[in-house]
Amino acid sequence: MKQITAPFTQSIVESLTAGDTVLITGTIYTARDAAHKRLCEAIAEGRPLPFDLRDAVIYYVGPTPPQPGQVIGAAGPTTSGRMDAYAPTLMEHGLRGMIGKGERTQAVVDSMKKHTAVYLAATGGAGALLSHCILESETIAYEDLGTEAIRRLTVKDFPATVVIDCQGNNLYETAPAAYSRRKV
Amino acid sequence: MREIAWNTIRDTVASLAVRANTVLDAKVEEAIRQARKTEESPVGLSILDQLLENGRIARETATPICQDTGLAVVFVTIGQEVHVTGGSLEAAIHAGVAKGYTEGYLRKSVVRDPLDRVNTGDNTPAIIHYRIVPGEELTLTVAPKGIGSENMSRIFMLKPSQGLAGIRQAVLDTVEAAGSNACPPLVIGVGVGGNFEKCAELAKEALLRPIGQHAQDPSWAKIEEDLLKAVNDLGIGPQGFGGRTTALWLAIETYPTHIGGMPVAVNINCHVARHESATL
Repeated sequence: MKQITAPFTQSIVESLTAGDTVLITGTIYTARDAAHKRLCEAIAEGRPLPFDLRDAVIYYVGPTPPQPGQVIGAAGPTTSGRMDAYAPTLMEHGLRGMIGKGERTQAVVDSMKKHTAVYLAATGGAGALLSHCILESETIAYEDLGTEAIRRLTVKDFPATVVIDCQGNNLYETAPAAYSRRKV
Repeated sequence: MREIAWNTIRDTVASLAVRANTVLDAKVEEAIRQARKTEESPVGLSILDQLLENGRIARETATPICQDTGLAVVFVTIGQEVHVTGGSLEAAIHAGVAKGYTEGYLRKSVVRDPLDRVNTGDNTPAIIHYRIVPGEELTLTVAPKGIGSENMSRIFMLKPSQGLAGIRQAVLDTVEAAGSNACPPLVIGVGVGGNFEKCAELAKEALLRPIGQHAQDPSWAKIEEDLLKAVNDLGIGPQGFGGRTTALWLAIETYPTHIGGMPVAVNINCHVARHESATL
């Protein structure tokens, strides 16, 4: 298992191959549907963004509220495909990594290859487990969106699997074939 | 005539919502342990272990099993001799959802309008299904449902000539299209018969049946068994990383239908398969 740090540099992304399991330590940002819409609107209108997208890693998550004494509530990945309409724009502006779960469109994969970005999956449905890897959480933008607000997270040994690497190799396409017994 | 107080219903719904979201069903846990015995993929095995560990952490810390604590789907079976006092049954259910999701630190995932998308702030309204039966009991089942798996669910208006092969194709196509999106290993509810909305409701009800309990009709029980095997032969595996365990369970509910139709609904659920019931 590889240990990597976030934000991701180009060389970190280039060192990752689909199928690698990694532990991520460092700073990542949360954003899902509504936050992506606002980020892209800000870019289209030339307004400043709430955080620096260069080399940034976005985690597609809408956590549950923390109980007293907790940093964050359950915080597993949401389905990435809903962010496909926005992800290429963010990669054009420096986004280097995405963490979520589920398939991506070809347009996203093409953009990842062009901009040297990586897509990782965290275990969907393991929200309680993953919350323990989040040491700090601070809401930095769009607080009115509640769970969809943008948070800056400090993570330690956050487990993820490289699904699509910057060459365009896709674990979701290659892995199930090895176990398929489907009769055509 | 039996009277049941409004606030008793509210408090029951609230505690069912919290319990459903924080305590992994014992039968799901057992199904995951069974799946470990047949899973051949090392990555698949590690995912199954993570889900068991996640269930333990959730239970011990009262943290939701998954951050998507869902739309609150509530099934109500009310005896016609029951009289609700102090307010309406429907208002009590919505108030219970608001209370459970607020006091239980659950996520508020409901927007008031599909286009303006402003969050209602308390996860209301619930989606409520009523059944009126003889007697003086009230049974409430709270089944919170995440949208990742709901988005991958499908309805097929098949022709009668398509028969069992058509049902099989509908299920396999739906699971294959769901792929990794719906967080496999899945629990799959299938509704066959009725009409457009009835088959969807049947599929949802199929998700309420305890895991391990087949349909009473032996021929449908056999179809359930065969379809589950066919789904697991797809090789999608835990989280879509390949493996033997694409689904933990598949249940089918049926209903009479029209001479000219065979509606089939496939309601995909993730492993969490939340539902908690109480009878008042």
